[in-house]
Amino acid sequence: MSEPAFHITIDGVQIAARPGQTIMEAADEAGIYIPRLCDHEGLRHQGSCRVCTVKAGGRSVSACTQPAAPGLVVENETPHMVKLRRDLVEMLFHEGNHLCPICEASGNCELQAMAYRLGLTAPSRFPFLQPTRPLDASHPDIALDTNRCITCGRCIRASQDVDHKGVFGYVGRGIHRRVAVNGPDLAHTDAAITDHAISAEVCPVGCIIRKRVGFRIPIGEREFDAALIGEEIEEHRDD
Amino acid sequence: MMDILRAVQDRNRWISPESLEVIAERTGLTRIQVEGVASFYSFFSLTPKGRVTIRLCDDIIDRFAGMEEVAAALEEALGIRMGETSRDGAFSLDRTPCIGLCDQAPAAMINDVVVTNLTPDRARSIAAALRAGTPPEEVALPGCGGLTPAERVQRMVAGNVRHAGASLLGPVPAEAGLRKALEMTPAQIIDTVEASGLRGCGGAGFVTGRKWRFAAAEPADRRFVICNADEGEPGTFKDRVLLVERPHLLIEGMTIAARAVGAAEGILYLRGEYAFLRDHLQVVIDDRRAKGQLGQGIGGVPGFDFDLRIQMGAGAYICGEEGALISSCEGLPGEPKTRPPFPVNRGYLGFPTVVNNVETFCHAARILDRGAAWFHAMGTEGSHGTKLFSVSGDCLNPGVYELPYGLELAELLRLVGGEDAAAVLVGGPSGTMVDRANFHRRLTFDDLATGGAVIVFSPRRNLLEIVEYYLSFFVHESCGYCTPCRVGNVFLQQAIGKFRRGLANPEDVEYLRDLSQTIIETSRCGLGQTSPRPVLTTLDNFPLIYSAVIKPSSDRVRASFDVQSAIDTARKLAKRRSYIFDRDFGE
Ligand SMILES: Cc1cc2nc3c(=O)[nH]c(=O)nc-3n(C[C@H](O)[C@H](O)[C@H](O)COP(=O)(O)O)c2cc1C
Ligand code: SF4
Ligand code: SF4
Ligand code: SF4
Ligand code: FES
Ligand code: FES
Repeated sequence: MSEPAFHITIDGVQIAARPGQTIMEAADEAGIYIPRLCDHEGLRHQGSCRVCTVKAGGRSVSACTQPAAPGLVVENETPHMVKLRRDLVEMLFHEGNHLCPICEASGNCELQAMAYRLGLTAPSRFPFLQPTRPLDASHPDIALDTNRCITCGRCIRASQDVDHKGVFGYVGRGIHRRVAVNGPDLAHTDAAITDHAISAEVCPVGCIIRKRVGFRIPIGEREFDAALIGEEIEEHRDD
Repeated sequence: MMDILRAVQDRNRWISPESLEVIAERTGLTRIQVEGVASFYSFFSLTPKGRVTIRLCDDIIDRFAGMEEVAAALEEALGIRMGETSRDGAFSLDRTPCIGLCDQAPAAMINDVVVTNLTPDRARSIAAALRAGTPPEEVALPGCGGLTPAERVQRMVAGNVRHAGASLLGPVPAEAGLRKALEMTPAQIIDTVEASGLRGCGGAGFVTGRKWRFAAAEPADRRFVICNADEGEPGTFKDRVLLVERPHLLIEGMTIAARAVGAAEGILYLRGEYAFLRDHLQVVIDDRRAKGQLGQGIGGVPGFDFDLRIQMGAGAYICGEEGALISSCEGLPGEPKTRPPFPVNRGYLGFPTVVNNVETFCHAARILDRGAAWFHAMGTEGSHGTKLFSVSGDCLNPGVYELPYGLELAELLRLVGGEDAAAVLVGGPSGTMVDRANFHRRLTFDDLATGGAVIVFSPRRNLLEIVEYYLSFFVHESCGYCTPCRVGNVFLQQAIGKFRRGLANPEDVEYLRDLSQTIIETSRCGLGQTSPRPVLTTLDNFPLIYSAVIKPSSDRVRASFDVQSAIDTARKLAKRRSYIFDRDFGE
């Protein structure tokens, strides 16, 4: 039995929502895209990247975790929200080591695509943190390069909740928080190339590399080379 | 999990990869989950530590009180630098943020005990005694072996109660509140607490009666009452004094809350820095159990069951945030929880949970005794009753003051002997840096709110140094869950560093404000939502400290470009210095 629906308003557009839905879930159904990086279909909500920040009833909240409530007025693509999101995406770029032109993920990368969508072209005001993070190539089929990791935790949740394995996890605190594997290195875990966590769709950037399949699709023909990120959701907007 | 890791850390002085495997196996968790917890808390170490670990409070108050000299004396006496462990595994030296002894700075922890009012001479004699094999307890308090736990804690640290008010620090009749509560229905208790106007004393100021009402109204099989004794906000130490002087009142208050919301189980979450209070509190709990004030059928009331345990923290400021505190009690890394759901609806293990500050529970017990009207009559509209202020820094009488809400800051400064202050930080780094022109402002929730911290700075102090320190504190203490707080605070700290080195441009002021705004608006919890406040409140109230160090950019010269830091990585990679930029190199 589905409970009665109500309405919320996003940037002046009234949409239907159901009890138990987050603002983002309601928006997705209505064909309104709210930018996101850590949230991913089929995985539990984490609410950590903050790229989905919206103003709901005047308060900043993460749309991926905030329940929709009757009559809620949400600001999504206002200049102010876009500016905040730009800052967040820049922070993620500057926290790790990103050199798109030589990156295997280029063109399939959600971070890069988000930067395009948000119009991030000017050089940034932020400093680069340039961490030194070693590459883990111990596993016969998989390599893990956390230099580009945005600590979205999608691999962690996919491995835990979908694969029921727990190959990945967070260690450390604050700026030292990073993704690590359940053992001394990847070869000593039960990670397999068939894991959902390892599949191309889970890591939004280019950290989890399936050996011998890299660069199979040439740059220029990749997912976000043709369309902006979020357009697949906006396609079914009915206004 | 916290208890297991603590036991392993205490026994082996570190948590080795083998221990991670063993703990994982025994608890049914994965190794990475155990490592995630162990690597989160400052007091757990994944590398071997000394048998004696000395942790110096590195807060700005201690630095101003001479901690650098003390640190140098210890380094010399022990033959190791800060952050190092001696080769024979005897000693480790570390720095740690505020340990709640700001009124007797410089202060330090030696394993689980504390030493205060340090001088270089005292540091040298401590080092000599420890080297000679004297146990840390004996070093901190000679002759402690013959004392009861209560006597020990009272002698190890000074109470420094400077002003006793009507509610907490004056004479308090034993068990009077609980006795009245036993005669009332839960609903009457909640009504009384709500009518008194009591608001949370931990910083956020939520109306206590309303919090209890929500928890009571949520249908559930189990409910919990948790006392937040994490007291991590730098400059706050009033809960320490209550834990030492009024432990029975605190547990009385928790028991009353349990009756009000229908909870049978409680937790006292004690910060790792307060490990020296643990035995003392355990004695109080055991004593109450023996007297029938905890356990089954409390006070002879059938069906009124409540008992509690102490949960030790392990060095993480964020665990004072209630969701993070609950995570920590659950044996997880101290990460705040997604809200909603709120703890009163789904808290510890998913059950309705009331989390209150130490002082809040103590006031609640007094309100039950003296009545809502008595408490409501003190203070001001919206801020009723009395409040404990912990005052430290550049003043004659640092210590704890219990005063009614509504006092002018200037009046408080007169009481503490801090009239020549140039700046006062009310509410700690998450609060407000107040300038002289605003000393007439009042200590209330609606004006200058504080969880208790009042830090006085004389005109000799460098405010930018203070701001830089507090940003490094927030960088160190951010849990790292969300982007703006994890990364943004590092940028903010670096930007202040530019001002400190005289490399800032006029545009950099706007950059500070802009970045601060993003961090505040997008952070997931109160830490990130307040961490830029040292910057913003000094920009507002002390603009001159910034403009004085700004260099306007002249033609084609970016004063902000710091060649030394730009080439530093290259220097490290090449393992040699630069011919051009290191003048002494090659000579
Ligand atoms: C970063 C952070 C640190 C906090 N630290 C403490 C603390 O050390 N002690 C405390 O009582 N409350 C602390 N709080 C507030 C708690 O989240 C919570 O509001 C409080 O424990 C509720 O109790 P109260 O209503 O009695 O104040 C902190 C909040 C934040 C965001
Ligand atoms: S992960 Fe994405 S953003 Fe980073 S370098 Fe690769 S393509 Fe660029
Ligand atoms: S490795 Fe990829 S999926 Fe995992 S946390 Fe990092 S960016 Fe996210
Ligand atoms: S604001 Fe800071 S402390 Fe709070 S959840 Fe985010 S990273 Fe953690
Ligand atoms: S998508 Fe909501 S916080 Fe990351
Ligand atoms: S104990 Fe050093 S500042 Fe609080």
